[in-house]
Amino acid sequence: MKRYYFDNIATTKTDKRVVDVMLPYFTEHYAYPSSQFSHQEGIFVTDNLEEARANISKYINGSDDEIIFTSGETESNNLAIKGFARANAKKGKHLITTTIEHRSVLNSFKALEKEGFTVSYIKVNKGGLIDFKELKSAITSATILISVNFVNHEVGTIEPIEEIGNIAKEKNIVFHTNATYAMGYLPIDVKKMNIGLLTASGDKIHGPKGIGLLYKRKDINISRIFDGNFNEYYIRPGLVNIPGVIGMSKAIDLLRENTGEIERIKKMRDKLINGLLAIDDSVLNGSKENRVANNANITFYRAEGESTTLHLDMHGVSVVTGSACFSRSLEPSYVMMAMGFTHERAHGSIRYGLSRFNKIEEIDYVIDKTKGIVKKLREISPIK
Amino acid sequence: MSIPYTKKVLQYFLHPKNVGEIKDADATATEGSPSCGDMVKLYLKVDPKTHEIKDIKFQSYGCASNIATASIITELAKGKNIETAKDISWENASKELGGLPPVKVHCAVLAVDALKTAIENYENTHGLLKEKISTDDKIAIKRLRHVINPIAGRDIVSTNLVKDVKVHDKIIDVTVDMAEDHQFYNNIADEIIERLIPLWDIEKVIVIGTPD
Repeated sequence: MKRYYFDNIATTKTDKRVVDVMLPYFTEHYAYPSSQFSHQEGIFVTDNLEEARANISKYINGSDDEIIFTSGETESNNLAIKGFARANAKKGKHLITTTIEHRSVLNSFKALEKEGFTVSYIKVNKGGLIDFKELKSAITSATILISVNFVNHEVGTIEPIEEIGNIAKEKNIVFHTNATYAMGYLPIDVKKMNIGLLTASGDKIHGPKGIGLLYKRKDINISRIFDGNFNEYYIRPGLVNIPGVIGMSKAIDLLRENTGEIERIKKMRDKLINGLLAIDDSVLNGSKENRVANNANITFYRAEGESTTLHLDMHGVSVVTGSACFSRSLEPSYVMMAMGFTHERAHGSIRYGLSRFNKIEEIDYVIDKTKGIVKKLREISPIK
Repeated sequence: MSIPYTKKVLQYFLHPKNVGEIKDADATATEGSPSCGDMVKLYLKVDPKTHEIKDIKFQSYGCASNIATASIITELAKGKNIETAKDISWENASKELGGLPPVKVHCAVLAVDALKTAIENYENTHGLLKEKISTDDKIAIKRLRHVINPIAGRDIVSTNLVKDVKVHDKIIDVTVDMAEDHQFYNNIADEIIERLIPLWDIEKVIVIGTPD
């Protein structure tokens, strides 16, 4: 059966061109990237690693010595938040984040609370946008870090990053953003946006899995969370995932070449949203205006999300839901709860994540199948 | 690894049996709520002489486990005497379905609970209780533990939405910690009444809101 992959926010297909440039780094250029006093193979790998680092840093307007390679989003968020807080605790022990962050951000802050830090969790409105006033008034003389996601992973809301960066700069606070779900879809400029720390991951941009980065502005100090050798400026010890870096660099080149794809993805998204909202008793989750190009998140009331997902899967369509039934914890989506939605709204929510590998013809199929499934589920529902 | 449902669960999920409503049902029961993720409503038609279940139907707002279990227990119960049907457990249902993922057991239990409650309701309203225990606040509260608070996603007793329960002169007064103009008030009041009115010695249930 033909598959229709619409779970591109969870992770994406690695572009074949990315895989092609990676392969020689498994079988030919496999040496340890070591100092210029070692051997030819090692020097070759080092040169290519550093070239890739410079290439990637330019994409976010950073410089090459400001990129630390990690294993992905989770590690970068842990390193940024824990690493920064622990290294700067003497300046203050107050941290600010939001209620809708990725679990690796929220749970890093939870861990720091146990270490004696105080964390303010800023609320969001029904569109998922942070309460700017609350953010401003949460700042104290002890605040050292603000962490806000560039784009939310579940509902696709774009936060006012530049404004937050400005406030942080004004108050001399370091600003971290998890840009994992923004990269490739929105311009990222760490200088213009006053971003001190930034997280990104290869697997969300048609790059390989197991590679991510932490941008760390030169003047910011962070502690290691792993102990080991001197790699990655002695901040992230361990052998760097060389094929991963090479692949991520290529994935970024492809983003540069394919900027026109964003408009096409946005068109597919809008067609999908409009088609799905034509189903009665359906509602869009997240902001309509401040929305990333690849996210369509819709609740179909009276149709339980896990059942909708399972039916769609049987028709070849891959999506996910915020329903409690779907999660291992049996809790509905915490992001939707934080947005002030009812449990019912979360239980009936479906997230469609698009990418440049989707085609406009697929949208009609997905709308058509969703319509039929929702109708069928509502027919057997006791809620009328 | 594939989807952790057996072929049989998926079959019943795609083509559930005994789905729908019985307009002139002798007893009904609803378990769960859309706010806790799963909701199932069961309808019974019982032969007044033999107490055999002549017809049984269900409606579900739920996951595959809930739909499949509800479907299988309606098949198991149909034609059985209510006494025998009472003993149908989620283990019976799970066995028939070739097993259920552990995390999904509660969705199956919900469907089984609906059958048990529907039979209980039938016994209450048709003078079939062996022991006619007078309803007191404890019995009423036990039943209210099955009504879900849509704000919290858990039952209205443990979330302290129920402030007071008084039983007097075949009437139950339930005071809830919610204003009568709250968007969920009517919904909760209806569910409280539906849950308590089948009790054999109760003629009226009055829900009282609390002004803000």
